[in-house]
Amino acid sequence: MRNTFVSTLCELAERDDRIWLLCGDLGYSVLEKFAARFPDRYVNVGVAEQNMTGVAAGLAMAGKVVFTYSIANFPIMRCLEQVRNDICYHRLNVKIVAVGCGLPYGTHGYTHHGVEDVAVMRALPNMTVVAPGDPIEARLATHTLAEREGPGYLRLGKGGEATVHADEPVFQIGRAIPVREGGDVTLIAAGAILAETIRAAELLAERGISAGVISMPSIAPLDVTTVLEAAARTRWIVTVEEHSVTGGLGSAVAEVLAEAPATGARLLRCGVTAGPYSVGGQAYLRGLNQLDAAGIAQRVASVVDMAGARAGRR
Amino acid sequence: MANESEMPEAGAMAERTTALARAIRADALRMVHRANASHIGSSLSMSDLLAVLYGGILRVDPARPDWAERDRFILSKGHGAASAYAVLAETGFFPVEWLETYCQDGSKLAGHLTRGVPGVELSSGSLGHGLPVGCGLALAAKADGAAYRVFVLLSDGELDEGSNWEAILFAPQHRLDNLVAIVDYNKIQSFGRVEEVLNLEPLADKWRAFGWEVREIDGHDHARIAEALSGAPYEAGKPTAIIAHTVKGKGVSFMEDLLAWHYKSPNDEQLTQALAEVAAANSAGREETA
Repeated sequence: MRNTFVSTLCELAERDDRIWLLCGDLGYSVLEKFAARFPDRYVNVGVAEQNMTGVAAGLAMAGKVVFTYSIANFPIMRCLEQVRNDICYHRLNVKIVAVGCGLPYGTHGYTHHGVEDVAVMRALPNMTVVAPGDPIEARLATHTLAEREGPGYLRLGKGGEATVHADEPVFQIGRAIPVREGGDVTLIAAGAILAETIRAAELLAERGISAGVISMPSIAPLDVTTVLEAAARTRWIVTVEEHSVTGGLGSAVAEVLAEAPATGARLLRCGVTAGPYSVGGQAYLRGLNQLDAAGIAQRVASVVDMAGARAGRR
Repeated sequence: MANESEMPEAGAMAERTTALARAIRADALRMVHRANASHIGSSLSMSDLLAVLYGGILRVDPARPDWAERDRFILSKGHGAASAYAVLAETGFFPVEWLETYCQDGSKLAGHLTRGVPGVELSSGSLGHGLPVGCGLALAAKADGAAYRVFVLLSDGELDEGSNWEAILFAPQHRLDNLVAIVDYNKIQSFGRVEEVLNLEPLADKWRAFGWEVREIDGHDHARIAEALSGAPYEAGKPTAIIAHTVKGKGVSFMEDLLAWHYKSPNDEQLTQALAEVAAANSAGREETA
């Protein structure tokens, strides 16, 4: 996804000379392409995220469209108050790009696990939060954020994510992307966990459970209509995210369902629950959190079966 | 207020900035008194700096606050808002009557400087934000070949914030000689004297070591302020730091150099005395001797 992002940004910068890219001394083997083509609109600000974000704000105040880039938590949490006050409060055209969100930097340890970023960013005013599900969505999200006025947050995986969509989907802020139909359960995924979610739906089908899949790259604003339609259509809504179950997609969907007229749908949140002390690769940590396809399918099947058994007893 | 870039005629300017500084101090005193607000000491210490900036240095136009070529003034010490609003009102950016709404319910004028008020570039209040934003504006001006300068006024206490030192590293690296940082060095921060909390000395040497051209001045001497600000940049490629030695609460005898007036608001009697002292002050900010 990060290579897709940079290629897309280069295309955009070719047409729009307002586009700048700032990085916090990270982006080796990724950002060189932009730096070489647009040296006057690229700054490695150094290991100084607060200043990077303030400089981005100043550039945006002077009419630039500024992308800031770093790993996972660094471009948002180290400089959270700059994001909140300088960018969001002033509604500036700064787009924050965090790569390696979720658990791709798993072996690096918890400092490099981006698992609370969505919770933090979706609480901020004027902030558009986007977590693309595959490289196609990443390209469309980059375009959309560049063209959309105001602050944006682009939550990317690390690299090597599989392409999920066969055709280019319609991509709009605040609109979900339907991926697969299903009558028993609706799986709603945000971010690079989309591919695992689709495989989980296939595993569920083998067990006789019909699971639909929706990609929800736009977490703030959320596609409330699509959530409510799914809740009216299927008995279970399952959110899947490579993020803490606190404050992310699962919480956003829970907020919608809790305030909606009774739909009868139940909610299961799949996300990171294992705590900060586990070390291992992304696949290992996904497994530990039951965020691999088998784990997601297992959790879904257990709640659906339990509900079925209870209904059978009545 | 659009001024020539060269040094204005000294006598006329001194007269104008002296009157302006008096008006700023009087307005700020009335504002914090009416609102029972804090930070009068911080507002008074920088009043002379603001008077000279807006009275003769900044290329700004109150009729066109968003004029693209204007100099940018960023108040990083947003708690000095009372005097910042006062100087904007007194120089015609908005009606002086608005000052009466300072900190009142539904007002545009918050206790910390807030954008949306004509002439305010950046909302501030949390410390350590202004200089990085100033760097971004100065970088944009360089990239665009624009002639405007960027002035950032900081407190001494806020130099404790690491974000400032990130920006202090950044500006010389990118040869931002269109950037002027001004430190209102009144020697008192929120909860103690600067030298006792986190000593900044040797402050000028620190800025120099980071690659800035530094001028140390009496921050209440209008001629020195004007001279120091007009001269920047002193060397091509180098940003300028003006370390302005000031007195917290300057201009009101019972407020000067006291931590308490970071928080207290004058009562009716104190306001009357303070206004009388301010009205009697000469251009150096000192009381006239009879």
